[in-house]
Amino acid sequence: MLAALATLLVFQCLGEGLSYLFHIPAPGPVVGMLLLLAYLGLRPASVAALEATALELLRHLSLLFVPAGVGIMVSASALRGDVVPVVLSVAISTTLAITVTALVMRAMLRRQRGPSDKTGERA
Amino acid sequence: MIPVPHFGAIWVYLAGTPLLGLTLTLFAYLIAQRIYAACRFNPLANPVLIAVAIVVVVLETSGTAYETYFDGAQFVHFLLGPATVALALPLYRQLPNLGRLALPIFASLAAGSLTAIVSAVSVATLLGASRQSIASLAPKSATTPIAMAVAKEIGGVPSLTAVLVITTGVFGAVAARGILNLLHVTEVEARGFALGVASHGIGTARAFQVSEDMGAFAGLGMGLNGIFTAFVVPVLLPVLSRLL
Repeated sequence: MLAALATLLVFQCLGEGLSYLFHIPAPGPVVGMLLLLAYLGLRPASVAALEATALELLRHLSLLFVPAGVGIMVSASALRGDVVPVVLSVAISTTLAITVTALVMRAMLRRQRGPSDKTGERA
Repeated sequence: MIPVPHFGAIWVYLAGTPLLGLTLTLFAYLIAQRIYAACRFNPLANPVLIAVAIVVVVLETSGTAYETYFDGAQFVHFLLGPATVALALPLYRQLPNLGRLALPIFASLAAGSLTAIVSAVSVATLLGASRQSIASLAPKSATTPIAMAVAKEIGGVPSLTAVLVITTGVFGAVAARGILNLLHVTEVEARGFALGVASHGIGTARAFQVSEDMGAFAGLGMGLNGIFTAFVVPVLLPVLSRLL
């Protein structure tokens, strides 16, 4: 587990370093994720060593958002008079994004598979 | 006789160390998980929302400053970085799917991500929000570390962006089931991917709650939209603000 965590941190460091060095617009952890993905493609044997720790970390992904979420105590004031526009914007745009993503994906899937084959499972 | 210290004095002492913020975060999360489970994982009982509410109430009633709390909570916050890197593993598992479904995935990613950015900026602009609020809002569908970095680059307030990202995540995780049922979208791939694209890690956590397959597609959506948003928002926002 410790070796796996160290590996994740090494890739984060590499990502941060490259992002800084080459002024890549994507943040370090994302570059690190892409590097790790490429590494796994080259060495599929290392998947087994990393997977358990990675999935354990992702299982508690919700927890990791709590400290930033509590920041609403202080950063809500940065909104000043914009609370209503911003809240409405979040609600409307998130609803639209879910709708458009799901509908485009479904249309493309049906086109690719033909109209007869449908899989059913509900959230 | 040993004087019995006042409870408030103990609180002040503990609040001075990182211990309190860390303990409070983990405890609030465990309680939120219990409530979520007791509500049979109903999306309305979103654990992030409940945990944040518990921590805010405790801090407000005890008069503890956010900065004091964050001294301890930063250790949890820090793990967002390695967790983002860790996304490479579920993504790696999805590579065969990515190849097979490349066209549906990239078409819906581009459509959904652009919808999220353009509609957020348009609604906020039309309702008269400030430039700074709009810049903080534009990357809101990307995962926290990406959105914060993008906001910093385009003149937003990163800490405000973090809160808006989480609001977006919670809203999507709570509302997705209703929206998708209303649209009669039954495909697991489409349901999961939409959750990940629109509401990043919190939507992904929700999708994993439903099924591993849905979670994997949500993780794919979150990862791809994070990358897409990071490259598109800095280019698109100046164009939009000129048009609107």
